[in-house]
Amino acid sequence: MTLALLVEQLFNGVQFGLMLFLMAVGVTLVFGIMRVINLAHGSLFMLGGYFLMAALAWTRSYGLAIPLAFVGAALVAVVLEIVVLRPLYRRGPLDQVLATFGLTLFFNEAVTVIWGREPIPLSIPPFLTGSVEIIPGSAYPIYRLVITAVAIVAGLLLYLLIARTRIGALIRAGSDNREIVAALGININLLYTLIFALSAMLAALAGIMMGPLLSVEPGAGDPILILALVVVVIGGIGSVRGALVGALMVGIFDTLSRVLIPLVIQTNATSALVGMAVYVLMAVVLLFSRTGLFAAHRG
Amino acid sequence: MTLFGRRGALLFVLLAVAIALPPYCGTYYTRFATQIAIYGMAALSVDLLLGYSGLITFGQAALFGVGAYAAGMLTVYGLTDALLTWPLAILVSMLFALAIGALSLRTRGFQFIMVTLAFAQMVYYFAQSLRNWGGDDGFTLPQRDSLKFISLADHTTFYYVVLVLLVLVVLLANRIVKSEFGMVIRGIRDNERRAAAVGFPPYPYKLVIFVIAGGIAGLAGALMANHAKFVSPATMSWQLSGELLAMVILGSANSLIGPILGAAFFLAFRDVLSDFTEHWMLFFGPLLVARVLLVKDGIWGMLVRATGADDKLGEPKVDFPEALERAADSKPGAAK
Repeated sequence: MTLALLVEQLFNGVQFGLMLFLMAVGVTLVFGIMRVINLAHGSLFMLGGYFLMAALAWTRSYGLAIPLAFVGAALVAVVLEIVVLRPLYRRGPLDQVLATFGLTLFFNEAVTVIWGREPIPLSIPPFLTGSVEIIPGSAYPIYRLVITAVAIVAGLLLYLLIARTRIGALIRAGSDNREIVAALGININLLYTLIFALSAMLAALAGIMMGPLLSVEPGAGDPILILALVVVVIGGIGSVRGALVGALMVGIFDTLSRVLIPLVIQTNATSALVGMAVYVLMAVVLLFSRTGLFAAHRG
Repeated sequence: MTLFGRRGALLFVLLAVAIALPPYCGTYYTRFATQIAIYGMAALSVDLLLGYSGLITFGQAALFGVGAYAAGMLTVYGLTDALLTWPLAILVSMLFALAIGALSLRTRGFQFIMVTLAFAQMVYYFAQSLRNWGGDDGFTLPQRDSLKFISLADHTTFYYVVLVLLVLVVLLANRIVKSEFGMVIRGIRDNERRAAAVGFPPYPYKLVIFVIAGGIAGLAGALMANHAKFVSPATMSWQLSGELLAMVILGSANSLIGPILGAAFFLAFRDVLSDFTEHWMLFFGPLLVARVLLVKDGIWGMLVRATGADDKLGEPKVDFPEALERAADSKPGAAK
């Protein structure tokens, strides 16, 4: 185990954590403001990858395909919000869980019908291939650096949007008391549609960027969704700051445990321990805090 | 749910159909009915939590799968006495439920859903990493267990054993629900703060019902392992957890019988549509959304109303702090 390898894995961990943040922040925003638990969020991650793949086949240009994939994901989100989510706002969590679970089943099958069951490999954009030496003697892929940077920029833009703009003020107000916001003459329906589309686009962004690293396949969003839920539980449901801290913790912890545990323990149980590490982390956090690290809402 | 009156008659008809029809229709449908009974049992365990305790668990498949793995492994090791392996499988599932419940029940509402889902996923990955047991592919059982002098290899015999166990589980669950313990559980569901105020701390009661439900799911899992003579991590997938919830809701929560009818509907839906298309989920997803958004009642609720058999079933109330105050002034659920 060299220092170079450790640093490289740390980079990977941060990068994975930031991807999880893009997912988790959508889950936590939609819950914090709309009080809806959205299990279909993983589908939007998956659709990001599929839309990019389809748009690439059609336009043969990353410059066109990436915006198209975004527009596609946003459109799906707007339709979903209007048709399925709106009636759910006044329903209990059970109805929300079942309806959004039903959507996940639908989308997983729909992409199978359209693009088949086989995983589809996506290649890294040609201008982002290659690697650089961050620390001497260890080459690090440019693509991973770029998606890390993009995720950081997206996170900063989101922060500016929430902290500095009028829409952000409405979002914050809406999460505190939606009745009052509506009573002040704000079109709360429009605000909800916007937030849902925004969270969908962040999920799609993660899906687009992870496409070349994982592969595009039916159900690709499900494990990511579950990890994002773990992040939200650790960070505290409804808290954007919690989502960031939780995501980085989970990303780094997961990546490092994959490297370090096999070095320390070499038995049959090794791979089991590696797969379970993140959930143990969640259990430990729950032992100390029932509501996560940065609980925005009690309960 | 009395054993008399129209509701009793309805139950009697259902039981008569369950006893008489499948063997009459041949092996395929006997196996099909066995599946319904097994998934019905698992869905019933979800209903104990969802309908009667207000706990939305999205991880019951993990306990189902643990039961299946425990029974399957013991059988492979040569322990084929059902009176030994099945109780052991139940015990193992209850232990897992104790561990998962002890942690998950510290949380409430939305968090509880996410945490049960996450722990179920953890168990799933654990099963997947068992290389000696086939990893992701799972493993096959050399034979079914045997019940003393009864061989379970015959599909019809096995079906009746499963059916008897299902009836016993329903009677047991009915007993639990109507007992003092069951009343406390429903009291906690309807208003946790009040229950605590009159001397019933919620946590231990919830944990006990969670472990009981885990045991029932474990038995269902053990039966599934014997039915299919095959066990794989798929028995623990989060989709199955969701499908179990869907069965409860399709059939009517808060009724013990509803989940079994829900399981029958789900499996029949899959079976019929599979004849036309492999993409039956394309239709089941929207059906679930439509059930949630448009229809008020599940199958059992509709049946009960259509036949005029006594009172209406309440929609399940759930452990959801924001809904607490609203729940406080509506009446408790159906079972009377």
